[in-house]
Amino acid sequence: MAPRPYYSERGDHIDGKAPVTVSRYRGFTRANHWVTAATLIVLAVSGLALFHPSLYFLTNLFGGGQITRWLHPIVGVVLFFSFLLMFVQLWRLNMPKPEDVTWTTRIGDVVKGNEDKLPELGKYNAGQKFVFWAMTGLILVLIVTGVMIWQQFFGYLVSIPLRRVAVLVHALAAVAILLVFILHVYAAVWTRGTLRAMTRGTVTGGWAWRHHRKWLREIASRDTKGPAE
Amino acid sequence: MKDTATGPTTAVSNPPVQPMKAYFDTSDIVRISATKDVPQPTRQLEKLAKLIDVSKCIGCKACQSACIEWNDTKPEIEENVGVYENPHDLTPNMFTLMRFSEWENPETDDLEWLIRKDGCMHCEDPGCLKACPAPGAIVQYSNGIVDFIHDNCIGCGYCVTGCPFNIPRISQVDHKSYKCTLCSDRVAVGQGPACAKACPTQAIVFGTKEDMKAHAETRIEDLKSRGYDNAGLYDPAGVGGTHVMYVLHHADKPGIYNNLPENPRISPLVEGWKGVTKTAGLAVVGLAALGATLHGLFSRGNRPDDHDDQAAETLVVERRDPENGGHI
Repeated sequence: MAPRPYYSERGDHIDGKAPVTVSRYRGFTRANHWVTAATLIVLAVSGLALFHPSLYFLTNLFGGGQITRWLHPIVGVVLFFSFLLMFVQLWRLNMPKPEDVTWTTRIGDVVKGNEDKLPELGKYNAGQKFVFWAMTGLILVLIVTGVMIWQQFFGYLVSIPLRRVAVLVHALAAVAILLVFILHVYAAVWTRGTLRAMTRGTVTGGWAWRHHRKWLREIASRDTKGPAE
Repeated sequence: MKDTATGPTTAVSNPPVQPMKAYFDTSDIVRISATKDVPQPTRQLEKLAKLIDVSKCIGCKACQSACIEWNDTKPEIEENVGVYENPHDLTPNMFTLMRFSEWENPETDDLEWLIRKDGCMHCEDPGCLKACPAPGAIVQYSNGIVDFIHDNCIGCGYCVTGCPFNIPRISQVDHKSYKCTLCSDRVAVGQGPACAKACPTQAIVFGTKEDMKAHAETRIEDLKSRGYDNAGLYDPAGVGGTHVMYVLHHADKPGIYNNLPENPRISPLVEGWKGVTKTAGLAVVGLAALGATLHGLFSRGNRPDDHDDQAAETLVVERRDPENGGHI
């Protein structure tokens, strides 16, 4: 078997040549991502309903307060395992690399879209890596504190003083993960051409060259198929 | 036409034979869980209180029986595990519990059998109400009674987190929270709570909070004359005072009465969670979502241009590096 690629996954490949398209996520990863996304949205809506009285009306979406209270932690467990599956697939290329430091120090150029002033990157930039690790950490915090305050099944698991800590940490982590979520969606929309990576699974060659050049180079260099017919 | 009951000033009077109209109702509510700006009632009811004189309690559990009977609860029959507490703890079906502790007084070397009737203290500043996320699930009347409105309860257990006295219990049957109501339904028609009515030694008495404090004073004086120099009233200021109070013979050491908290207050963690976290958290998330949406709608975004497409074409199709002198 060929050595493990450094900037790409083994499955990433040139998908088409006229025009150039590059496969970024296979179907399984995409489905996994959207299950995670859907559960996160359900959790955000049901969690916000119980977080602030002005949003309590959102419980009606789920059939009332009792059902919302029952549903939220169960969906939380689904999200945890769904994310875990995604983590296993994505963690390797989200490990920090030296160019992430340069990229981060030039965050001004990132925002201005001065792509030519940024280092060449592998599959993920430091911003995407931040989202990945922030999600990982926050989901861990949320599942642990969530179980601690899960009245229906774990009502007597921890002492009441500890429960108070858990409920506060759970709320703070929930606010934080919503901010990360907003950043994630915003960045995916602002960086035009990104969404299709998670819908169709491919990106254009131009997108890959512009944002993830080392990733594209590595894939192109192992593309042994002949030129486009 | 029915007469309106008057607010009860004692638990010992017998009920009138004719039906009475309640003397207070929802228009006397001063606080509602998860609800801001509750319209304040036009009248202020006389504050009520239950006074439990620990020194007069004989541990007969008549109060528990009366509570079960009046509230029509069915506590499970449990095993005898060698202690007097029965059931083992407050439960969704047992709103009050005699807690027994054996304490060796280091000064007199006497063994003292301390019996405390545990249950909701009806705090003036109720932690359960502050923590509750469900609008209208917990209310407080201007006479001081804190009541759970079960139709609105969602069973999340936040009240357990908020309560400084570890009182509410969540039913595993209907997933709603239960605790002592101070017999709000009896009080409304001029009657004292069932436990006070049943108490054979009048260790539990009931009436206006002023009367109960005055009565406590006479009891404390009596206890002091009998050598209990630290006798005193338990009406903790940290929760704004309570509408269930204790006369303790050792008021300097509430902890010896089965961990009665010395300075109960709503935990700062709960205050922080329900205060700044809730408000600031929602504001931050709301602003971020709004800002991201607006900026996303009106900014041009970062779009690959023709050069990028050509470069990719050169690299992938022609297999030449567009930058590196043609070598890949």
